[in-house]
Amino acid sequence: MNTKLIFSIAKALMLARWKQTLVAAVGVVFSITMFVTLLGFMNGLNDLLDSLILNRTPHIRLYNEIKPTKIQPIDKDPNYKSSHNFVESVKPNGGRLEIYNNAAIMSTLKKDKRILGISPKIAAQVFYNVGAIDMTGTISGIDVEAENRLFKFSEYVVGGNYIDLKNVPNSIILGKVAAEKMLAEIGDVIQVTSAKGERMQLKVVGYFQSGLQDIDKVQSYASISTAQKILGKTNNYITDIQIKLNDITKAPEIAKEFSEIFEVDAVDIQTANAQFETGSDIRSLISYAVGITLLIVAGFGIYNILNMMIFEKMDSIAILKATGFSGKEVQKVFILIALSIGIVGGLFGLLFGFVFSFIIDNLPFNTAAIPTVTTFPVNYDLKFYLIGTLFSIITTYLAGYFPAKKASKIDPVIIIRGK
Amino acid sequence: MSEIVLQAKNIEKSFHDPITIKVLNEINFSINKGEFVSVIGKSGCGKSTLLYILSTMDTDYDGELLIDQISMKNKKEAELAKVRNEKIGFVFQFHYLLNEFSVLKNVMLPGLKLGKYSAKEVEFRAMEKLKILGIENEALKMPNQLSGGQKQRVAIARALINDPLIIMGDEPTGNLDKKNSQIVFDVFKELAIEEKQTLLIVTHDGEFAQKSDRIIEMEDGKIIRQ
Repeated sequence: MNTKLIFSIAKALMLARWKQTLVAAVGVVFSITMFVTLLGFMNGLNDLLDSLILNRTPHIRLYNEIKPTKIQPIDKDPNYKSSHNFVESVKPNGGRLEIYNNAAIMSTLKKDKRILGISPKIAAQVFYNVGAIDMTGTISGIDVEAENRLFKFSEYVVGGNYIDLKNVPNSIILGKVAAEKMLAEIGDVIQVTSAKGERMQLKVVGYFQSGLQDIDKVQSYASISTAQKILGKTNNYITDIQIKLNDITKAPEIAKEFSEIFEVDAVDIQTANAQFETGSDIRSLISYAVGITLLIVAGFGIYNILNMMIFEKMDSIAILKATGFSGKEVQKVFILIALSIGIVGGLFGLLFGFVFSFIIDNLPFNTAAIPTVTTFPVNYDLKFYLIGTLFSIITTYLAGYFPAKKASKIDPVIIIRGK
Repeated sequence: MSEIVLQAKNIEKSFHDPITIKVLNEINFSINKGEFVSVIGKSGCGKSTLLYILSTMDTDYDGELLIDQISMKNKKEAELAKVRNEKIGFVFQFHYLLNEFSVLKNVMLPGLKLGKYSAKEVEFRAMEKLKILGIENEALKMPNQLSGGQKQRVAIARALINDPLIIMGDEPTGNLDKKNSQIVFDVFKELAIEEKQTLLIVTHDGEFAQKSDRIIEMEDGKIIRQ
């Protein structure tokens, strides 16, 4: 009953000053719109940039690092077991890049429920021979199908058909920039030299473009068997096992576990790409800061308008109090006005924010660096809409609270006697 | 002896700014049910100050105030608001109608606040009160469409809506011309006689006061005649 009465009083006061109310509401609409649009756009960009790395980066990579052996022969000698053994000028021992017993490891990994998929890889250092000039490069030997399934390989192949890499023997997909330098067309045959000096002729079946210039200059792809031939290795030679997990956040602990079980080096994505996380976080932080600033400004607008309204309505407040409304109830009236402005403005803000996001999402955005993207990226995460709603309610409540408190403290005697 | 509705016991009040001045001194009186009492005195004698204390809006005083035999000392703000809503009707010099609401809604507001009757019943009662005051035809107009005398009558109707124990008026005719003053006085008189309504009216209109049942005259914060 009383609530209904307070609602009707709040409504009447708002309607009596509907222009001011509208201005206050428009302020909230604007800030929520910008908040939602800005966050959606920023996070869309974040996702895009992250996906540049995340899509193609294994969650865990198993490999053998070139490093000096920790346990030197002297340590194994029972006579010197309890002593401190100093060995100077220790050098790493070569030829250990291979993951031993990789077939067994892979079959174990395939049974692991936490793993989405695995893809073996061979990293081979080569020289691309262009006339008299040798250019350094890296050829990754990949399992074409697994690589495509897990790391969207085909999205980065801009010329030719990616599956030819598997079907055409001794084929190569060249980095776009490298191909331009070599003037290599699809169908041409190029020559590479391995680090060990072995030469090999490879047929170009496509171009690869990651969007990162430095990578496209050196990186090329071949099938596993081709890579093994380039390196002159047997068909069980694998240097990396790339693992994609169901839950990316578990990568660090699983990496540690595999490293111990399989006695290999394991690096998780969080460690390998820490800088991307930081960049994303900072971009989000900036957009939140801007959005919240907008809301606070809108809050001040509401604060001002309510203060003015209270000043104008002193008489009304006085008589409400004289006829039996308590200070609390007067306060409720004004908080209700502020909240109505906040909630209605907030809802329209969300709506407009969605519309704006949608418009941005459909604006053409063509960049040579990222061939798969044709429009501006936008993230429609419900989270932003919820935060927007929450903040619009909190700021308008605070903006209403202080003027309302003032209204509740108005002494009717002073107002009525003052006439 | 008839029932006492309002009693002041040794009410004293001082203003402290800029220097302490005693504005009310040893105010003792009581009002019985159905009495039409007017309080007169020169400007600044403290009669309005007294009225605001009696109305519970001013709580800064010494002494004791009993409304309906209940002490108003130590009551919380919300409780006092409830007392005002239920037991006191106000008519001020200025009408204090809410321009955002129609005449009818203005009259209804204290009734809706009380919540004793449903909205429909309150509306019916409000119409009755407007009828008593002869302005039922203005019920759906907005207050700014009415004349001064009509507004004051609406204010009286609003004061009556909860069938208060006592109606308090602070110079209710102070802003009105002779004709409208007469109308308002007649309304009060009628209420006193026909409805046995208790009235306490502060005025400096001697003529008005002469026609009431009882006069309390004040001077320099003291009652000199009652």
